[in-house]
Amino acid sequence: MTFFLQLFITGLALGMMYALIAIGFVIIFKCSQAFNIASGQIVMLGAYLGYTFLMPLALPVWAAILIAIAVGVMMGLVIERLTIRPLLGQPPLPIVLMTIALAGVIDGVAILGWGGEYQAYHDRLPAITLHLGAVSVPPSSVLALIVSVVLVAILMFVFRFTKIGLAMRATAEDEQVTRSLGIRATTVYALVWVIACVVGIVGGILLGGVSGASPPLSDIGLKALAVVILGGLDSIEGAIVGGVILGILENLAAGYLDPLMPSGGGLANVFPFIIMLIVLIFKPHGLFGLKRIERV
Amino acid sequence: MRLPSGTYAQNYGQDIAMVRTRSHWIFLAVLMVFVFTIPQWASNATLALATIIGITIISAHGLNILTGNCGMVSLGHSGFMMVGGYTLAILCRSAGLPFWVALPVAGLVAGIVGIIFGLPSLRIKGFYLIMATVAAYFIIHWLVLQFRSLTGGTEGMPVPAPDLFGLSIRDKTIYYYVVMVLVVLATVVAKNILRTRAGRAFVAIRDNDLAAEVMGVNLFSYRLQAFFIGCVFAGIAGGLSVQYYSFANVEQFPFFDSVWLLGMLIIGGMGSVSGVIYGVVAIKLLQQLAVKIGPSLAELVNPQAAVGLSLILPSVAIILFLIFAPQGISHMWERFRNYYQAWPY
Repeated sequence: MTFFLQLFITGLALGMMYALIAIGFVIIFKCSQAFNIASGQIVMLGAYLGYTFLMPLALPVWAAILIAIAVGVMMGLVIERLTIRPLLGQPPLPIVLMTIALAGVIDGVAILGWGGEYQAYHDRLPAITLHLGAVSVPPSSVLALIVSVVLVAILMFVFRFTKIGLAMRATAEDEQVTRSLGIRATTVYALVWVIACVVGIVGGILLGGVSGASPPLSDIGLKALAVVILGGLDSIEGAIVGGVILGILENLAAGYLDPLMPSGGGLANVFPFIIMLIVLIFKPHGLFGLKRIERV
Repeated sequence: MRLPSGTYAQNYGQDIAMVRTRSHWIFLAVLMVFVFTIPQWASNATLALATIIGITIISAHGLNILTGNCGMVSLGHSGFMMVGGYTLAILCRSAGLPFWVALPVAGLVAGIVGIIFGLPSLRIKGFYLIMATVAAYFIIHWLVLQFRSLTGGTEGMPVPAPDLFGLSIRDKTIYYYVVMVLVVLATVVAKNILRTRAGRAFVAIRDNDLAAEVMGVNLFSYRLQAFFIGCVFAGIAGGLSVQYYSFANVEQFPFFDSVWLLGMLIIGGMGSVSGVIYGVVAIKLLQQLAVKIGPSLAELVNPQAAVGLSLILPSVAIILFLIFAPQGISHMWERFRNYYQAWPY
């Protein structure tokens, strides 16, 4: 039982990490129907920025997060203006290809800037450890949990109760009608990218604080896409629920099935993709996704 | 095909011929002479680059049929290459089959695996299908690592060099000729597949799958055919790659190779057979450039500069092409040709 609980809790932490990356994807898809494959790379960049701010520059944590928000805003504006805006009005496929290329650029920048090495700054972030009976909850879970819950609450609030949130939901529904009603769709798109980048960078700083910054963080981004598929492409709640489900399932599979595998397992690397394939075949729109009916 | 004014087809043979005018023949002859004399004057490094470019062209032809013509974007092409590569390695090493038997079998096995992972394509498309192919890559990667007794796991497995009528193909020059003959063959086959009933069905599915279905195109059958053909090309390319290094290893087929293959199609021009060649050459040369100027940057930034640069340069090229020339080099070349053919008008 302790083994199960331990797997469950570490799975929860992992799931929260997936959820954070998935949110960066979902926000953008929700408002502009664009698929952002690079959201894992943005989180990785955030982790490396966190390392630079906290270790070599030795800034206090609050200053690092403020600067990170500024960097996220800049990055969102630059990405949207230079790469996404020129493709406005095109079918979704070129935008997918664009974000794949963007992922390549960010990966390259991370390797160019930080040498692609593993960097850790564990001791700089506040450590919160919980004990549930025999199981100790690692600080990563607690921190990721707090950050995700706060972020989701803020985002839900913005989407439901503010005017700009209304504009975002309207743009997601029908861009042309929104424009004819006098809402600047381009501003909404820029804002969406800014939000996604800020979430990604700040999330990356906190996650990097517990798991360290390294290029494999961007591979987690690919697995987070499985979360998005499971939860539904346009559902923020789906991203959280899907992230938690996949994180826990992946950890349980690795814990219980790996010893049965012929050569050592490594099931954790592939399990989210197997689940994703099953979801794609039987329920392509995910748990909470909107079903779209297509007409010629 | 757009022909210069004054070129008429007087019989069916002329009408369906691929090479029509004298300048076509001259271009083709110059290209062939250039390609097949590279070993005579080029250095070993250039020869190696040319061989890799050839192998990549074969693989990209497959992706071009699948993605460029049938409209199903695949990010798992590298995985299907891995299937072909390991099939060839196992057949040559454990079963002792000759290279010439193992290579087509490698293509077939990759094609069948492609059909299996193409099965979801009837229900899903677009982004969902991309994710299914990403899953395909990681599942194949995992399976290869799991069956250690068969594939050697993470250590990989050596592959014996084949003999061809007494010539050992371990000689890189002879292997280059083998690859180039196959490249020419693959290009002709790819071009012809697109002119068959199936090829036209692929284009119809790409342009509007619902309309195609209403007109009587069997979506299920043709989508799986596209997956099969595309993956056969990938499997053969994977087999050639494994044979070239005389070693099979999962590191040879990284996930990002699938991304570069897609990028090659974008830069060359989606759906164009000649575009495949332009695209592959462009991206491979950019990566080579990164390797060349990387070391000088390494002193300025960090020792990994070449790796980072070889990611950034092609990605930026893909972004620029997506924005400024989404139809790729082949379209640019066509516009230029139309311009000079009509000059001075």
